[in-house]
Amino acid sequence: MRALKRHAQVAAVAALAMISAGVAGQAGLRSPVPTKPDDRTIVHVLNRLGFGAAPGDLERVRAIGLAAYIDQQIHPERLADSGMAVRLASFQTLTKSTQEMARQYYLPAQMARRELQRQQGSQDPAASDPAMAQQNAAARREMMTPEQAEAVRMERQALGELMQAKVLRAAYSDRQLEEVMVDFWFNHFNVFSGKGQVRVYLNEYERDAIRPRVLGKFRELLQATAESPAMLFYLDNWQSSAPEGARTAAPRAEAGRGNPRNPNRMPDRAGVGRPGELNRPRTLADLPPGVQNRRAGLNENYARELMELHTLGVEGGYTQKDVQEVARAFTGWTIANPRQGGGFRFEPRMHDDGEKIVLGHKIRSGGGKKDGDQVLDLLANHPSTAQFIATKLARRFVADHPPRALVDRAARTFRDTGGNIREVVRTIVTSPEFFAPEAHRAKVKSPFEFVVSAVRATGTNMTDAQPLVMAVRNLGMPLYGCQPPTGYADKAEAWVNTGALLNRMNFAVSLTASRQQRGAGVRPLQGRGGAGPSITSDALVASALAGELSETTAATVRKATTPSQALALVLGSPEFQRR
Amino acid sequence: MSRRVFLKDGGLALVSLGFAPQFLARAVAESAPRRKVLVTIFQRGAVDGLNMIVPFGERDYYASRPSIAIARPGTSPDAALDLDGFFGMHPRLAPLKPLYDARQLAIVHACGSPDGTRSHFDAQDYMETATPGVKSTPDGWLNRYLHAREHEKATPFRAVALAPQLPRALQGLAPALAIGQIGQFGIRAGQATDMVQASFEAEYAAAAGSVLNRTGREAFDAVRMLKEADPTRYAPENGAQYPRTPYGEALKQIAQLIKADVGLEVAFAETGNWDHHAQEGAAVGQLANRLADFAGGIAALVRDLGNRMSDVMILTMSEFGRTVAENGNRGTDHGHGNAMMVVGGGVRGGKVYGRWPGLAREQRYEGRDLAVTTDFRTVFAEVAGGHLGLTNTKHVFPGFDGPMSVGTLG
Repeated sequence: MRALKRHAQVAAVAALAMISAGVAGQAGLRSPVPTKPDDRTIVHVLNRLGFGAAPGDLERVRAIGLAAYIDQQIHPERLADSGMAVRLASFQTLTKSTQEMARQYYLPAQMARRELQRQQGSQDPAASDPAMAQQNAAARREMMTPEQAEAVRMERQALGELMQAKVLRAAYSDRQLEEVMVDFWFNHFNVFSGKGQVRVYLNEYERDAIRPRVLGKFRELLQATAESPAMLFYLDNWQSSAPEGARTAAPRAEAGRGNPRNPNRMPDRAGVGRPGELNRPRTLADLPPGVQNRRAGLNENYARELMELHTLGVEGGYTQKDVQEVARAFTGWTIANPRQGGGFRFEPRMHDDGEKIVLGHKIRSGGGKKDGDQVLDLLANHPSTAQFIATKLARRFVADHPPRALVDRAARTFRDTGGNIREVVRTIVTSPEFFAPEAHRAKVKSPFEFVVSAVRATGTNMTDAQPLVMAVRNLGMPLYGCQPPTGYADKAEAWVNTGALLNRMNFAVSLTASRQQRGAGVRPLQGRGGAGPSITSDALVASALAGELSETTAATVRKATTPSQALALVLGSPEFQRR
Repeated sequence: MSRRVFLKDGGLALVSLGFAPQFLARAVAESAPRRKVLVTIFQRGAVDGLNMIVPFGERDYYASRPSIAIARPGTSPDAALDLDGFFGMHPRLAPLKPLYDARQLAIVHACGSPDGTRSHFDAQDYMETATPGVKSTPDGWLNRYLHAREHEKATPFRAVALAPQLPRALQGLAPALAIGQIGQFGIRAGQATDMVQASFEAEYAAAAGSVLNRTGREAFDAVRMLKEADPTRYAPENGAQYPRTPYGEALKQIAQLIKADVGLEVAFAETGNWDHHAQEGAAVGQLANRLADFAGGIAALVRDLGNRMSDVMILTMSEFGRTVAENGNRGTDHGHGNAMMVVGGGVRGGKVYGRWPGLAREQRYEGRDLAVTTDFRTVFAEVAGGHLGLTNTKHVFPGFDGPMSVGTLG
């Protein structure tokens, strides 16, 4: 009897399996990507694969077909995108090496500040007016020599160009999906520009570590971030060294070469050393007592975030013991000379060369740098990683709480293709769930998405992107400015709050204001030389919202007294906050 | 869900419709038990706590700081202001001395983080999340407090940072506002402002999807509420004079919000430029100037709020202290333990709390810094419990099993 029952169960399971295989087979034959899409569907695809529709996009996509458009976006290397190069041509820092950046843009400013601090203290005879003290920064600027002021300006320019380039690319690049993916992966492997030397490495990090791999193999992207000085600095791994008493891959002490445990250690002083000292490593004698060994030893920060945030996810099945073992594996993964923009270096004197057990796998002693590589192999191939990455991508492309079946299929693609991101994305954006009515306008735009989509929708030609950078910051999402390693949230509740919502409406007003409106007390976003949007509100609604506007919104727009006010009432509307 | 219910009952609902006279709102507010307010002030950059609250009874203090020490009380006109025969205030904290003497101000010394980091970035992060050593905490401790105690009468002004951006301490699931200038809160469309605002309000009132609809409604209620309070015509009371600095302005606006009865419970202000690695100065100089600003702001806030201070508590903090010894540039480097202040509310002031570890080399943290004998979370927890009335501290201070009180609130 019991055996019979089990048989019946097996048969039922087999039948189910056949049915689902049949469904899958059918899906293979008849793609869920509509061959004759309506405007709504095209706008949906433009909203998800990119930063929304610009005037003319709807017609362009309809002309080549939705499937072809998706395929094009999934292969950004096939798009020339020559207009982008022109827009970015005037930027001076984007193509420079990190060492050049450090030498030309960051070190001079650090030295200028240090010099000023020294001078200012001594010439500050009890200016007991507290207002003076608070105006420290301003006063400091006034005290600068022209050379010092120039150094500080150049430092600001470096980060400024990076932020502006990010906005301009998102707004105007033909490779929309690539920009979405760069944003996604930077945020996934987040680093913060406000932490120490990270800013010196930001450009290189995005340009060389992330951008070339956003649709490549996850394993390679993981390696590139693990070895990037930006990440090594941000999550402190560059200072992590073998714990007391552990066997290192090379003898620890080496006279006259700085801290024997960490030959790179910077003293924890603000700013930099005296001019002229920059090129030689500090020796033991340079460091005050207590500093030399203070940070020696294991730092678990990278190891923990690597598993919790980069690969397995917090429920991914690792223990505190695994964190420690992974941290040991990465000891010695450090930076050649952070202050001068040096690159990745493996330092055997800092590396704990003993045996490690990570997630039940043994990593033999004597592996040196390869210990870390082995850990990355283990993590990239772990099923929890496939599930975690699939969930985050489905959240980005489909809904805050993506359908479980879709996530599972995307995770299977991840596993079957050895972590091929391009194929995982393809699985998601060509799925029935992606095209389901529930997915339409299911996402609330992040501040970055909102600002960029407004620029695109109105066909605004911003020659200076700085006002847009500031706008994104004012909406609570400073670019490269997310402090915790979690990156920015990708869910509505993180971005919808009273203050931010009002600011979105105000942004809509200033983006659409023409320069003539200054007289009416409006502050147009466009600076000299830029032109306000020329699109009509009807055209805007048709091209960016597929004509879908609530009756109330349509009525308020009709009642607007000027064309720019009508545009503002569309861009600030609840409909336009969604994608 | 409940946190989104905004001003549903009584006279305040009329305010949200735009025609309630202010006295009616006041009457409602006063018949209900007065809500407690916490004002937090972050001294970013690591203030030198040993020159702010001076351990003049320590030989090693003077031995370690030949050029920047504050003189023992009574030995010079610019000497430390004696608090208890062992500790003294920096002379530029003079505006706070009467508060200490009136037992309205308590100090917790040798207070700080169990984590030894000397990075400003990490230490501020740890202090604002109140999870030392844990980087990935998504929310700040003040936000977790707000979330733990969400209530029906919460207004959009329940938690406000007078800052361009929401600080880490206030980030999280519970709504919180960052406002640079309260006078500019609202729609800004020049002469067309009223019309544009009415249009947007109509759009959001009709919005499908609850989150935008709800938040839109709240936003416009908040705009009206603030307009009612008329921040542009504010005059501080009792002769209070705020420093004319961004920090002083922030405190003044906090006072405005408190007096306007717009539902403020947690306020946040910050003050920078404390990182004095060189030429720190002693009784005069860089630190002295910053302390004058700092103290002037708190004293003005207390004076301005008058008897409302019984419901308001001010808590000051800084990410870590500085080295006991001065460095080669007559400044101090990043250290460990520091001092915090608790002002107003039901504080048992007039006392320096915490166990003093001493400044002899072997008593120091890693041989160089003031050791930490009170976890900063103990002070946070005491304020959240004793002043704000939080009963379950588990979610607000995850993983913290230290004492929940140092005694500043009895």
